[in-house]
Amino acid sequence: MIRGGPGYAAAAFVLLFIFGPLIVVFARAGGGTLPGPADWAAVRFSVTQATLSALFSVILAIPVSRALARRKFPGRNMLITLLGAPFILPVIVAVLGLLAVFGRSGILNSLLDWAGLPTVQIYGLHGVVLAHIFFNLPLATRIFLQAWQQIPAERFRLAASLNMSAGQVLRRLEIPMIRATAPGAFIVIFAICLSSFTVALTLGGGPRATTVELAIYQAFRFDFDLGRAAVLAVIQTVLAGIVALFALKYSRGEGFGAGLDRVVRRWDAQSAGLRITDAAVMILTALFLLLPLVLVVINGINGWAKMPDQVFTALWVSLVISLFSTALALVLALAIALAALHRGWVEVIGLLGIVSSPLVLGTGLFLIVHPYADPARLAFVVTGLVNALTALPFVLRVLIPSLRGSEKNFGRLADMLGLTGWARLRFLLLPRARRALGFSAGLAAAFSMGDLGVITLFADPGSATLPLQMYRLMGAFRMEAAAGAGLLLLVSSLGLFWIFDKMGRGDVDA
Amino acid sequence: MKYLAFATGLFAATAAVAETPVLTIYTYESFVSDWGPGPAVEKAFEETCGCDLQFVGAGDGAALLGRLKLEGKRTKADIVLGLDTNLTAAALETGLFAETAVSADYDLPVAWNDPVFVPYDWGYFAFVQNADLANAPTDFKALADSDLKIVIQDPRSSTPGLGLLMWVKAAYGDEAPAIWEGLSDNIVTVTKGWSEAYGLFLEGEADMVLSYTTSPAYHLIAESDASKTAAKFSEGHYMQIEVAGKIANTDQPELADKFLQFMVTDAFQSIIPTTNWMYPAVTPEAGLPEGFETLIQPEKALIVPADQADAVRDAALAEWLEALSK
Repeated sequence: MIRGGPGYAAAAFVLLFIFGPLIVVFARAGGGTLPGPADWAAVRFSVTQATLSALFSVILAIPVSRALARRKFPGRNMLITLLGAPFILPVIVAVLGLLAVFGRSGILNSLLDWAGLPTVQIYGLHGVVLAHIFFNLPLATRIFLQAWQQIPAERFRLAASLNMSAGQVLRRLEIPMIRATAPGAFIVIFAICLSSFTVALTLGGGPRATTVELAIYQAFRFDFDLGRAAVLAVIQTVLAGIVALFALKYSRGEGFGAGLDRVVRRWDAQSAGLRITDAAVMILTALFLLLPLVLVVINGINGWAKMPDQVFTALWVSLVISLFSTALALVLALAIALAALHRGWVEVIGLLGIVSSPLVLGTGLFLIVHPYADPARLAFVVTGLVNALTALPFVLRVLIPSLRGSEKNFGRLADMLGLTGWARLRFLLLPRARRALGFSAGLAAAFSMGDLGVITLFADPGSATLPLQMYRLMGAFRMEAAAGAGLLLLVSSLGLFWIFDKMGRGDVDA
Repeated sequence: MKYLAFATGLFAATAAVAETPVLTIYTYESFVSDWGPGPAVEKAFEETCGCDLQFVGAGDGAALLGRLKLEGKRTKADIVLGLDTNLTAAALETGLFAETAVSADYDLPVAWNDPVFVPYDWGYFAFVQNADLANAPTDFKALADSDLKIVIQDPRSSTPGLGLLMWVKAAYGDEAPAIWEGLSDNIVTVTKGWSEAYGLFLEGEADMVLSYTTSPAYHLIAESDASKTAAKFSEGHYMQIEVAGKIANTDQPELADKFLQFMVTDAFQSIIPTTNWMYPAVTPEAGLPEGFETLIQPEKALIVPADQADAVRDAALAEWLEALSK
């Protein structure tokens, strides 16, 4: 195997970057303040909604990815790419799209009203969970799809020659894979939803839906109680860390042995009933995920001509930051993933980036930078770094199973051949991880495009990113132009994602 | 020889840059955006000051104060522009602000005699609705009794959200919790900021949105769209007065005073109505832009004095959370 040294260094860097600012905030506050009862209510609500959101996203992703994995049809690749779109949309754009379907005057309620049925109310815990499923079902589906593709085609051939039924294939091949994959998908989505703010508040319908991040806002803005803000940030981080450790413990997969990487053909799933079920699952999912997007696109087209030039300048700023943070995320993730092959818990460190409160992280970084340099000058670097850390969990979740599979299946052969260090990476691990690398680079790039992150504390008025410029347009009543900018963001994020993902797939998926 | 001339020119240019004094103003994000007052204000002031005016944008008013507190005495700001009367007492407590001699004949609905902060614009909070809304309510009680749907902002993350909290408290005092309980079934949702709420309203998610009496002027003037109005409430409307203040240990005290003085002249004030969509603190010679005369005029201006704002705010927030969490 490859030694974990660089990986531990990368993990240490991540830890330093996350906890350094926290410590600085504590130092500035002169210690922590204990959270009040309202804050604990926020913690409970955050955990409840994140658990439900992650659970449903993972459970729903199983049939969807299964249908996608065992069916071939024209436009399948396009559909898979498009299904990833909600995940990379800026939150407010996605929320408006979602409400155009499920909101008070949305399509669903208009249809119900037309049919004389009672209308449905989206605001509440169920609305929060629905929105989080909308965002994260695509991610969960892709993680499972990746895992499904790691079951070698030879296993299914063997199953077919043994005349196994669909049910038997499920038991022998698919359930072990699901058990190995689900906990990892769960923790990533749990972590994303735990620090949710805009979605939870807007769809939660009021202060009942107060999350920890909102409690942090209150501590910071209302009371300027940095100590309480930092304690809440620590609680959020530790919670995610504990859940991650717990879940990783249950996600040990055994691997399926090596195959020849042939295209999977499924002899077990040819019955008409299964075909219809799969088609129904895919159509429903596509409707649920794509209808809001179609509305975002239509709105965006209407606003396109109203977009001022500054939006395009902002696009370039965002592209540069995105490519920088993608490169950084990949390097960090690769190092950490190699170390995680030795010690699984290292991955948990990589996960913490996404739960660290942007407000507290930003404040801490600001306190560190401010005495020495103008924060606006470092806006690029800081944003790129933070975006890389936020993307790290997805990249790791996709990369680690791939590397682990290669080591399990070819590790001994590579050991016998004396393939170690750089050579092992170059000739064994990287080529076999190509698909995972491409996909995760796409995720990282797209995610970084849409993220507002800590930019607000560091923002330099002259060089706004695309999401920031979009918010500025909204803040200046220019909702239509903002919708145009939202579409531009959607197209550029998806474009980046598609390019990286395509590079990863190469020609293997003939 | 040519090179020498070039080098001399370069040197001279560098020296000139070094001599140009820089005035740094911290303000909120929407002020510096390309669609806010920032760019026009910068151009107008630089024409007269022989200086370089630099804006630094930071979130909204509350975030601005937060940033200032983080920076403390080391702040690079010479002026902070964009606090409102809910924040000025807390801002004063930092001890970072200095008194100024600048004053003007303000056109504010209330008397202004703060020795530190200079107002530059003001507005009334109001619910904005479509002009054709049937049975538009004329006070909070009528709104609470109706089945109209409203979108508001969270007072913990948004300035208008906090404004509404203060409005209800100023109008109803001890009765405020009952008003909030009445409103709870009218509130479709609570958003993080103004943009989200206004966006939801425009998408048709609610009949009314908390904004300003001046918001319909944007639609009328910039989009020739007269379909939005603000609801006039008989309790009176809560005011927001936005102010700027000079940082005590600025290295440009004269320039800072010069800016504050400039701020209350026509050159600055005439930019405000159609970029910040608020009322100018001093009405320009030429009057308000055409369209502003169509806006509703509240009969009573409500405002909690700056020195009581903190205490009222904390009590009102507790009541709000209690009433809406049931």
